[in-house]
Amino acid sequence: MTFEEIKKILQHKIVGIAGAGGLGSNCAVALARVGTGTLIIADFDVVSESNLNRQYFFYDQIGKPKADALKENIQRINPSVKVITHNICLTRDNIPVLFRDCDVIVEAFDLADQKEMLIETVLTEFPEKPLVIGLGIAGWGNNDGIHCRKVDNMFICGDEISEITPDLPPIAPRVGIVANMQANIVLDLLLK
Amino acid sequence: MQITLNNNSEILEGNSITVNHLLQLKKFTFKMLIIKINGTLVQKGSYETTAIHDGDEVSVLHLISGG
Repeated sequence: MTFEEIKKILQHKIVGIAGAGGLGSNCAVALARVGTGTLIIADFDVVSESNLNRQYFFYDQIGKPKADALKENIQRINPSVKVITHNICLTRDNIPVLFRDCDVIVEAFDLADQKEMLIETVLTEFPEKPLVIGLGIAGWGNNDGIHCRKVDNMFICGDEISEITPDLPPIAPRVGIVANMQANIVLDLLLK
Repeated sequence: MQITLNNNSEILEGNSITVNHLLQLKKFTFKMLIIKINGTLVQKGSYETTAIHDGDEVSVLHLISGG
């Protein structure tokens, strides 16, 4: 498939991104670069200086809502992508409404309980919809431990072991690898 | 009975086992879990009442923070 053919298919696709932190911002940028038609991005948080060690934001965006800042950055990269932002906290009630029309949903939350909430909600409300989750991204090195595996319609990217702690922070290289693995799976699903 | 747990074959005593019992048996002590039986999510409140039978495919995903 040529890149022109890829773009033609992708322009009609919709991807939901739950969380615009390390995983979500980098995954969204990769999907925007290849020409995904519509990205629906939801995050309740604002950009802070501590995010800049891994998240696709700039120093002059500190204080801005993440979803809006990410939209700005995506539009500078590829203005043909339609970006729909929601500066809200995702819940069991609003996830089914906001992500109803998505071809694929990307789980890009930080906290385990939020991941659990989103996965449970998607598996209950949209059991047939592909869901790509990030799991185990903290620290550095150990490229070989990062993998992707499939459980029904759920795709799990990460090492599934490295949880964030003060001594094992999430930082750019590993977070970026997993975020781009997620984007790579999304692309594979969309082009099938 | 024989089940598949996270893609591995497991032989267990008896004809059925509850989800809770399986978690204890296999020492899944983490709180944040996603459990599916034959592709269907087991809701949090029903681990005690949901039974796993011979031939079932069970997947247990342990969620950790970071993103």
